[in-house]
Amino acid sequence: MSTPSLAAPDLSTRRAPGLGSFNLTVLRLEVRRLLRNRRTVLFTMVLPVVFFLLFGLNSQYADQRHGYGNVSAFIMISMALYGAVLATTSGGAMVSIERAAGWSRQLRLTPLAPVAYIAIKMLTAMVLGLSSVTAVYVVGGLTGKPTMPVHLWILTALCVWVGSLVFAAFGLFMGYLLPTENVMQILSFALVLFAFGGGLFIPLSQYPKVLQTIAEFTPLYGLNELVHAPLTGGSPHLAWIANAVAWLAIFGGGAVWRFRKDTARV
Amino acid sequence: MTVESGDGSRPGGGSAPLVIDLTGVHKSFGPVEAVKGIDLNIASGEVVAFLGPNGAGKTTTIDMILGLSRPTAGRVTVFGMQSRQAIGRGLVSAVMQTGGLLKDLTVEETARYTASLFSHTRPVAEVLERAGIAAIAERMVGKCSGGEQQRLRFAMALLSDPELLILDEPTTGMDVEGRRSFWAAIRQDTARGRTVLFATHYLEEADAYADRIILVRQGKIVADGTSSEIKALAAGRTVRASLAGADEPSLRAIPGADDVEIRGETVLIHSSDSDAVARYLLTSTKARDLEITTRGLEDAFIALTSDDTDEYANSTGVPR
Repeated sequence: MSTPSLAAPDLSTRRAPGLGSFNLTVLRLEVRRLLRNRRTVLFTMVLPVVFFLLFGLNSQYADQRHGYGNVSAFIMISMALYGAVLATTSGGAMVSIERAAGWSRQLRLTPLAPVAYIAIKMLTAMVLGLSSVTAVYVVGGLTGKPTMPVHLWILTALCVWVGSLVFAAFGLFMGYLLPTENVMQILSFALVLFAFGGGLFIPLSQYPKVLQTIAEFTPLYGLNELVHAPLTGGSPHLAWIANAVAWLAIFGGGAVWRFRKDTARV
Repeated sequence: MTVESGDGSRPGGGSAPLVIDLTGVHKSFGPVEAVKGIDLNIASGEVVAFLGPNGAGKTTTIDMILGLSRPTAGRVTVFGMQSRQAIGRGLVSAVMQTGGLLKDLTVEETARYTASLFSHTRPVAEVLERAGIAAIAERMVGKCSGGEQQRLRFAMALLSDPELLILDEPTTGMDVEGRRSFWAAIRQDTARGRTVLFATHYLEEADAYADRIILVRQGKIVADGTSSEIKALAAGRTVRASLAGADEPSLRAIPGADDVEIRGETVLIHSSDSDAVARYLLTSTKARDLEITTRGLEDAFIALTSDDTDEYANSTGVPR
C-alpha cells in the first residue's frame, strides 16, 4: 500500500527561473560543443583562411586599388563573409542533430522556454561566426597585403558579423526542416552555390548577363554587396537591402514556422 | 473510479493537491485510440508501477502527464497545475526510455547544462554520486554504455530535486546486473519520500519496487492495487488433467470453476476451489495425470492483460 510522506511538498518555495532559463553556462557549453566538432572548426575557421591565402594574395591583382583600399582587402571581406555564414549556418543547423538525438524533447522536461533555446542557438552561432571573421581578419592583417583605413577594418568586420545573422536563421530553418544528422553536408553545398551566386568567389561582372540577373536574387547577393559597401564607397543600393531583408524574412519566417510545428503539443 | 483506501485523506491536512490527477483522459492518433478513458489519482509519496504490455498506452499516458502531448479529451493536472508549470518549477522530472542525450558533452557537462536551467538544484557532484556515475564524470556521453547513459538520465532527473519522478521503462535494454543496480539507486532515492511513477513491462520490477501497481491494457486501467491485491485477483489454482472428449459445459458447471480451457486432450480449469474440481474430475470423468498449480503475479498479469479478459476482470471485482 502507499506510504505517503509525512508532509505534503511545499510547492510555494519552487519558482520558475527568469529569462526562460536563458543563462551563460549553457551558452559556454554550446560553444564548447561546436568547437569540439573538428569538421565545424575546419569549415568555419580554416577553410575561409585558406581561401583568403589562395585568392587574396595573388600579386596580379591583390595590390590594385579598390575603393578606399585594395583588392586584397575586398577578397578578405568576401572570405570572412563566407566563413561567417558557414559558421552561423552550422550553429543554427545543430538543432537538427539535437532533434534527432531527442535532446530537444529532453529540454522540454526542463523550465527552458523554447524562445530562450532559440536565442541560445542564435547566439552560439554568432559566437562561432565572430571567431571565423576574426580568424580571417587576423591572418589577413598578418600577411600585410590587405590595405584599408583602420576604421574600415572594424566596420567591415562588424558588418560581416551582424549580416551573418541572416544565415543563423537559415541554419535553424534547415535544421528544423531536414531530419538528418548530415544536414551540414547538404548545407555546405548550398552555401557554395550561394557564395558563387553572391559573387563572393568570382565577381558577378564576369558572369554572362543571364546568370548575373539570376545571381541578384540569391541569398548572399545583397549581403555581400552591403558588407563591401564601406570599402567600395558610395551609398548602398536599395536592391541590396531589399535582397538581404527579403531573405532574412524568408529564413526567419521559415525557422519560426518549423519551430512552432516542432514544439507544438500534439 | 476509486483509489485504494487511505488515499482519501491527503497527507498534510487535506489541502495539498494530488500529485497526479487524470480525469477521463482519452488520446487518439488519427483513427487509433491509444488511451481510452483513464482516471488516475496518485498521492504524495506513493511509488506506483504502470504495468502493461507494449502498446498498452503507458508511454502515451506518461507523455500527457509530462505535457509533451495533449489529451484528446479529459483533464490532466500535476500538483494541481498544468504540467508545463509544474515542470517550470522543477517539481516534476522524468527518465525517458531512450535518446535525450548529446554525445559531444561529457557526463558532468550534461548535468551542469541541465542544472543551469533550473532555479533550484542539488549540487551536480552530489547527484552524480547518487546516480553512481561520479567516476565517469569526465567521459564523453557518446562513449558511455547504455546503462551509464541511463544513470545519467536518472542523475539529470534528480538535479531539480523533484517531488515527482517519472520513469518510462527505465531499464529497457539493460542486463540483469545493470537493472538490479539501477533499481537499487532508485530505491535508495525513493526512501526520501519522493513520489515515483514508473512504467514497465517487467513484472518483477513492479512487484519488487512499487507500493501500488496499475495494470493497463489497450488504453484502459484493468486493475489497481498492491502487488498482493493484484495477485489475489487471479487467486485460486489451475487444475490440469488429461481428458479425452471433455464436455466443456459440464466442466464449467463445477462449483468454483471460473475458467475452462480445453487444448486437445488436456483440460485446464482455473478455480477458487481446486479440491472440488479435482474431486469431480477424478470421480465423474476419466481424467488422469492431474496437476494442481498456483497462479503467480505473472499469470495474473497475463490473465488481466490478455485480450479476452474484459469479462473476467469485471466479474472478479477488480478494485478499480
